[in-house]
Amino acid sequence: MEQDDRVMVNRGLATMLVGGVIMDVTNVEQARIAEDAGAVAVMALERVPAHIRAAGGVARMTDPEIVLGIKEAVSIPVMAKVRIGHFMEARVLEALEVDFIDESEVLTPADEEHHIDKRAFRVPFVCGARDLGEAARRISEGASMIRTKGEAGTGDVVEAVRHMRAVQRDLDRLLGMSDEEVPAYAETIGSPLDTLIEIRRQGRLPVVNFAAGGIASPADAALMVHLGAQGVFVGSGIFTSENPPRLAHAIVEAVAHADDPAWVARVSSGLGALMHGIDVRGMPDKDRLALRGR
Amino acid sequence: MVIGILALQGDYAEHRSCLEKTALGCRLVRTPADLDGIAGLVIPGGESTAIKRLVASSGLVEPVMDLIERCIPVWGTCAGVVLLAKGGPWDVAGVRVERNAYGPQVYSRVVMARTSIAEGDVPLVFIRAPRIVDAPRDASVLCRLGDEIVALRWKNLLLTTFHPELAGGEPFTSYFASMVASPPRRGGSMEGA
Repeated sequence: MEQDDRVMVNRGLATMLVGGVIMDVTNVEQARIAEDAGAVAVMALERVPAHIRAAGGVARMTDPEIVLGIKEAVSIPVMAKVRIGHFMEARVLEALEVDFIDESEVLTPADEEHHIDKRAFRVPFVCGARDLGEAARRISEGASMIRTKGEAGTGDVVEAVRHMRAVQRDLDRLLGMSDEEVPAYAETIGSPLDTLIEIRRQGRLPVVNFAAGGIASPADAALMVHLGAQGVFVGSGIFTSENPPRLAHAIVEAVAHADDPAWVARVSSGLGALMHGIDVRGMPDKDRLALRGR
Repeated sequence: MVIGILALQGDYAEHRSCLEKTALGCRLVRTPADLDGIAGLVIPGGESTAIKRLVASSGLVEPVMDLIERCIPVWGTCAGVVLLAKGGPWDVAGVRVERNAYGPQVYSRVVMARTSIAEGDVPLVFIRAPRIVDAPRDASVLCRLGDEIVALRWKNLLLTTFHPELAGGEPFTSYFASMVASPPRRGGSMEGA
């Protein structure tokens, strides 16, 4: 009963974020800019993914002092990242009472075999996925929300598009097949069978699915909504651009009015230089964050 | 009869699923034109600061205020209550709220409680919920937890600080549908309307 209630309120919080934009911030000033622009949540980080990528080395959980400062400064939910499999970082963030934990490939993985058993926590988790099998594995581990991995810190939306299309394609296939085909399909995509059965019963993923990884413009954000994203994470794109407050608000508008291209055109005008970015094609596998965790 | 659901941000899809089980139609509202001809409006859960910003940029503040003044029934859930309270874009409910009054997400919870509009207990889903700290004396209290009012009706307004729409909607969705089917007259009493 208690466990069912946690599932309901934690999946429920993700539902409250639908149609919204979650923004990476590294200090109190950025957090306030994000909130004023209409962000539904902020992700508290020491460095945005583009800077983590440039710095190299081992990327860990954010300093609790930064997390607490940002929590103090805004009234919207505060999220923070932990390394894949690092349940102790997750326990620390839970003790800090963050609203959501992102078990993220952007940080250096702590465990190459296992993800965190997220059912053991009160706090909800969001996890990245490149296809339905990966999404279903994370859901079965207790994730309350799924996002594409994309390729964080590049400003290149191509991988987020690939992952969102893959999830939608796999979902269409799963929902269209007969009952006797499901066990074999579960094995093919490496998914727990009961999670696939739950998805078929509901006719959709049982948790909210956002886009993340490389979204840098209002049109990128609206594109992801049309591909099936229920909202977007914007990491490096906002605070590496020329005019962060305007771009932040423009992306919020573009997600809410994604079905109105004229609206997206209006909010896209005169934003100044967007994130310069890195073309993902030609990037060696060792630099691809999306290949971390499976 | 069509009920509008403010669909700029939040759990509008859950409200739609619940309303589709009633005899009334529903329509998602994102622009002033979407309000034409609606007989009721739902302001869903979500992040109130984000919705507040979006209703302003979408030109919805005044048209929705017009609807409320014409006694069209309006239902606010969670963030929707904040938007209808003092400090919100539609300060019409005569209530004051404390936002996110119960703390961070780890304190969000489901509580079984009795309401005045149905037999037996129903699950109340509180997610980073606001607390009503002051309400009109003549409001009808539909549900109370300890000393706190968590659901009330006042004139053409229905306020729930929790999320019926995450638990199937009942009995609140049907209650709101009945408000829409027989709305209070302008300036009339809200009791038993």
